[in-house]
Amino acid sequence: MKNLKTILSILLLITSVYSFGQIKTYATFDEFEGDYLKNLSDDTVYVVNFWATWCAPCIAELPYFEALNKKNEGKNFKMVLVNMDSPKSTESRVIPFLSKNKIETEVVVLGDSKTYKWIDKVDPSWSGSIPITIILKGNKKHFYEKDYESVEEIEADILKINN
Amino acid sequence: MKKQITVFVFTILLSIAAVAQGGYKIGDKATDFKLKGTDGKMHSLKDMKDAKGYVVIFTCNHCPFSKAYENRIIALETKYGPKGYHVIAINPNDPEVNPADSYDLMIDRAVEKGFNFPYLIDAGQKIYPQYGATKTPHVFLLDKNLIVKYIGAIDDSTEEENVEIPFLANAIDALIAGKAINPELTKAIGCGIKKK
Repeated sequence: MKNLKTILSILLLITSVYSFGQIKTYATFDEFEGDYLKNLSDDTVYVVNFWATWCAPCIAELPYFEALNKKNEGKNFKMVLVNMDSPKSTESRVIPFLSKNKIETEVVVLGDSKTYKWIDKVDPSWSGSIPITIILKGNKKHFYEKDYESVEEIEADILKINN
Repeated sequence: MKKQITVFVFTILLSIAAVAQGGYKIGDKATDFKLKGTDGKMHSLKDMKDAKGYVVIFTCNHCPFSKAYENRIIALETKYGPKGYHVIAINPNDPEVNPADSYDLMIDRAVEKGFNFPYLIDAGQKIYPQYGATKTPHVFLLDKNLIVKYIGAIDDSTEEENVEIPFLANAIDALIAGKAINPELTKAIGCGIKKK
């Protein structure tokens, strides 16, 4: 009986955060928020970008984020690209896309389809369309609903969280 | 005199803010339009003589969220059309920005999926900014007098099998019954609309 309980607990743990290939997939926003938007260091800049393979402005700006991430390697800087395709598309669309476009930045999949529950938690001003970028440091959070057109443009917004 | 000037200036500022924010709020009167449908004809809300209300949905060909909702939109027309609450779908996108949203491809989509509602193109992109549609799909439920009664999502889940709360259907039911709509505003993820 005790062994069964252990097995069941492990299964439960696995199902809440499971992996496709090397991409962590979140079934709920709250779990994702706990890992990436809360309890952040005061000395690190976090850049969180929401994107999807079918979103033209999203993929247009991804190279800038990728370049920015490489530029900040070894510094107090963390970036995560949050994919909104749908967990069903991870193997068929997302992984091939990342490979083809040589995206090495950390990617997670957010598969919480009850979007009305968590849109305002990201930011009350968010219309619900992507791409969006959140820049965080400590307990500061800046939200941007815009399409970036250069690495410099992202850097300019990052400067603001450091002030 | 000073008080009147203050009120006047305040009203101007408020109006500017309203226009700057863009789009309708609950209780605003929506604009009618004359847009070309996939049937080749021009469509206006006032042409729908038996209408008791209008279910205006901004949607398009290419967006995965729009595609995920196509069957549900057809089902809404099937259920509520006969009651006088017809769906009117409008593609707000500029085909020059995204060729997948061209008029010809709208016709293909309407035929392929068997759309039972008019699917119109917002040529010149003049209508969607007035409504304040920010993504596809985006719903504006209007009463008989074109007053906006509900704005936002069709239901609570992008994936059909997880739907628990059919926001729009509930809103139409409430409108039919003369009851208050709650919630009147919802938000969901969708594909952004781009002006050229």
